[in-house]
Amino acid sequence: MLGTGLIKGMAETARNFVGSYFEADRLTTVQYPEERVPVKEAARSFPFLVFDGEDPEKGLRCVACQICEKECPPQCILIVKDTAKKPDFVGKMQFQPKIFDIDLSVCMSCQICVEVCPFEAIKMDVDFEMSRFDRFEGLLIHKRELSKSNGHFQKIHPTDAAAVDANLAAEKAKAEAKAAAEAGAKAKAAATAAAATIAAGAGAAAGTPATKPGIALPAAPAVPTSKPPTSPALPLTMPGQPTTAPAAISFVS
Amino acid sequence: MIELADQFFVLSKQQILLLMPVAAQPLASVLLSIIPIIGVFATLFALTTVLERKGLGRIQNRLGPNRVGPFGFLQPLADGIKSLTKEDVVPFRTDGVLHFLAPVLVMVAALLAYSVLPLGRNMVALDLDAGVLFFFAVGASTELAVFMAGWSSRNKYAMLGAMRAIAQMISYEIPLILSTVGVLMTAGTLSTTGIVEAQSGYSGLLPNWYVLTPWGFAGFFLFLIAATAEANRSPFDLPEGESEIVAGYFTEYSGFKFAMFFFGEYLGLFAANALAITLFLGGWNSPLAILDWVPSYVWFFAKLMGLIGLSIWVRGTTPRMRSDQLMNFAWKFMLPMSLVNVLAAGLWRFTGHGFLGWFVCGSLVAGSYCWLGVELSTKNSLKKRVYRFAT
Repeated sequence: MLGTGLIKGMAETARNFVGSYFEADRLTTVQYPEERVPVKEAARSFPFLVFDGEDPEKGLRCVACQICEKECPPQCILIVKDTAKKPDFVGKMQFQPKIFDIDLSVCMSCQICVEVCPFEAIKMDVDFEMSRFDRFEGLLIHKRELSKSNGHFQKIHPTDAAAVDANLAAEKAKAEAKAAAEAGAKAKAAATAAAATIAAGAGAAAGTPATKPGIALPAAPAVPTSKPPTSPALPLTMPGQPTTAPAAISFVS
Repeated sequence: MIELADQFFVLSKQQILLLMPVAAQPLASVLLSIIPIIGVFATLFALTTVLERKGLGRIQNRLGPNRVGPFGFLQPLADGIKSLTKEDVVPFRTDGVLHFLAPVLVMVAALLAYSVLPLGRNMVALDLDAGVLFFFAVGASTELAVFMAGWSSRNKYAMLGAMRAIAQMISYEIPLILSTVGVLMTAGTLSTTGIVEAQSGYSGLLPNWYVLTPWGFAGFFLFLIAATAEANRSPFDLPEGESEIVAGYFTEYSGFKFAMFFFGEYLGLFAANALAITLFLGGWNSPLAILDWVPSYVWFFAKLMGLIGLSIWVRGTTPRMRSDQLMNFAWKFMLPMSLVNVLAAGLWRFTGHGFLGWFVCGSLVAGSYCWLGVELSTKNSLKKRVYRFAT
């Protein structure tokens, strides 16, 4: 019968119209600036630089390797290396960026910089309210503003951050174990000149190249050959566990 | 007291005119009729835009505009300021004069139609003997404005939109006018005030409105459908199908000219609704005898708001029609229905207004509705497309 579909449709819209005044859960939208939908964990907007500890200069993980600058498809990153070096989280001396700029107007939020970074130094933020008053200089985000703490990373992407922290902790434990083994070998060599060849063999065994950071390590960290001097190797931790964050941050300080 | 409230605007106009010098009275009388009409309907337009946006929002389970002013009711003010301050972009190759005149003509045609609409008892700007004819004559010139806009823009989308609009408006003009023929036959006059007066009085509890007769009921809905198509509103908004032809005939209009098209379109809608009230819903008459004390213009505007609400509701419900569906509906359903309706109105005159009249006219209208509906929905169902020229 002609017209029944129209009447059914109009009944449906009338139900919506009346229902929206009485059932609050019908309204699917929120009043944006006052109310907000919680950000999804997988959300990404714009890259930021992670730093450990309190000081964004000292704790910056970036070593100015410029891989992200080269890989960036729209070429929105500018890195200038500093001549001075600074120790990284395991204490090794590394380069640091003097200038690290990302052009907000060019960045396409593809996350490739994050994928290629071997140092877990650049991650994606979830902040989307980045409008600026200045169209040219204002859209060029400098290192100072890009640097955000590891705590912020843990807050916005808890699962990712926990995995990264576990990796870095394992890395650090391994490096410390290696350092301890080397120190032990040196001590042995100094003590007995006769056993120098054996000590050298042990040192070579302990000196196998460390797994690159950023690649997932096996669940069980390398068992140290001798007792480590400071903290023991941390096992893989679950997100949100309070022991992880301070431990990861305290590595630097 | 009741009489004073009802005739308040008429009497106050007379009092103001008496204060004028005799030489200035004709001009002042014209202005005193025109300015309130423009003011009232411009305000109604502003109110309707915000009500429509809020209503559509609620229909889609949203809140709609609620930022500007209390409950968002000052939103049209912000929209108006915005469209006034926007740059008026006129493309280089347009036909300048036509491009400028098209939105003006839309407004003029829509406003002229108000001159014959009785807004209350004795409240009509121009009481023509051929008022209904004048209304349709003026309303048809909207088509000219639409085609002027499409042609002068030198834009293929504007041109296509204008051609669609012309095809649609001409097709729906016929059932629009034919659906009023029954009223004109029964009332025996073309004057709008005469038609309203023919519907005054009550038989039993019910008023003598033409919508409460079988042919009037069918005619009312035929008129509303055709008026919706004339006003280019959903589901007949093909001329501005933004998914196909950008924005139709006002693609190349911006700023205040665009706002004038918008304004003209809504004025046309109000005018068509007001004529539907005049012809079928008893104009300014009250629906119940005990409510006769309410001023006549209140009834008129209450009915107008009701019909505007209905058109917002329909707009929120229906999707856009396809071009062939639109044409099939006009020529294969609306036109035969309105012709049958004229016949039913004639039979109603001779069968008396009792049970026999209801049976004969009602079964004629309902039977042809069912038959045409079945024909339309089965014969024209979507079949596999056959390509004759492309292989």
